[in-house]
Amino acid sequence: MMERDDGQMRSLLKQAMPPMADDEPRRDLWPAVRVHMTARQSLPHWFDWVLACSVLGFALAFPAAIPILLYCM
Amino acid sequence: MQDEANDVLKAFRVGDAAAFETLFRLHQRAVYGWVLRMVRNRAVAEDLTVETFWRIYQGHARFNPERGFEGWARSIATRAALDWMRRQHAETELAVDVAAPGGSDPGVAEEIRRKTAQAFGRLPPKLRVAAVLAVVEEVPHKDVGAALGISVAAVKVRVFRALRLLRRDLEEQGIRP
Repeated sequence: MMERDDGQMRSLLKQAMPPMADDEPRRDLWPAVRVHMTARQSLPHWFDWVLACSVLGFALAFPAAIPILLYCM
Repeated sequence: MQDEANDVLKAFRVGDAAAFETLFRLHQRAVYGWVLRMVRNRAVAEDLTVETFWRIYQGHARFNPERGFEGWARSIATRAALDWMRRQHAETELAVDVAAPGGSDPGVAEEIRRKTAQAFGRLPPKLRVAAVLAVVEEVPHKDVGAALGISVAAVKVRVFRALRLLRRDLEEQGIRP
């Protein structure tokens, strides 16, 4: 009974969503991959953001330390 | 010929962009076709193919040339498709924009087919992917399991659960499959 039900559901599903035809992209996707790579590679690493925020936070919390920070740079 | 292919895979592993482009040209169609089977929408499949290859490029150092490129690319593409499905609204209907080959059974009313497709779109993404690949596309369970990173038994369980949930959803709408 269960197997028959399962078969009916499979059949119904295949009727509702027939298998896709073998297809290929409508355009060359390589330029998009290149754009993707260039755009994302130019973004700073998350660690750089954390470091920048930490330095900024430190400078705001201890303004007197700014000359020392500048001297260290 | 085989040596050449191995050289490309090894070069890709160390981050060679030319080798990556070669692999892209070789596997673009296969990856696109795999994604299209899951998401059933050309525009989405193109975007996810791009996303997949970007992930592949990022993960080049994790690639093992001895295990082959295609299976690895498939598993990354499957994850990209699952991530996309999870981002979609739960009630979003599966947007099918590619005409299916062959005719449909006139015995099954259009309304029932439409509601079945809608109900299928409401299934959890993990179940949806397993069912669409194993049942609709008739991909061997072994290949579905490899792409999803699960065992054949787990694929069967997901398909079973997908069909059961689908049946329940249709019965709640007054449709007895």
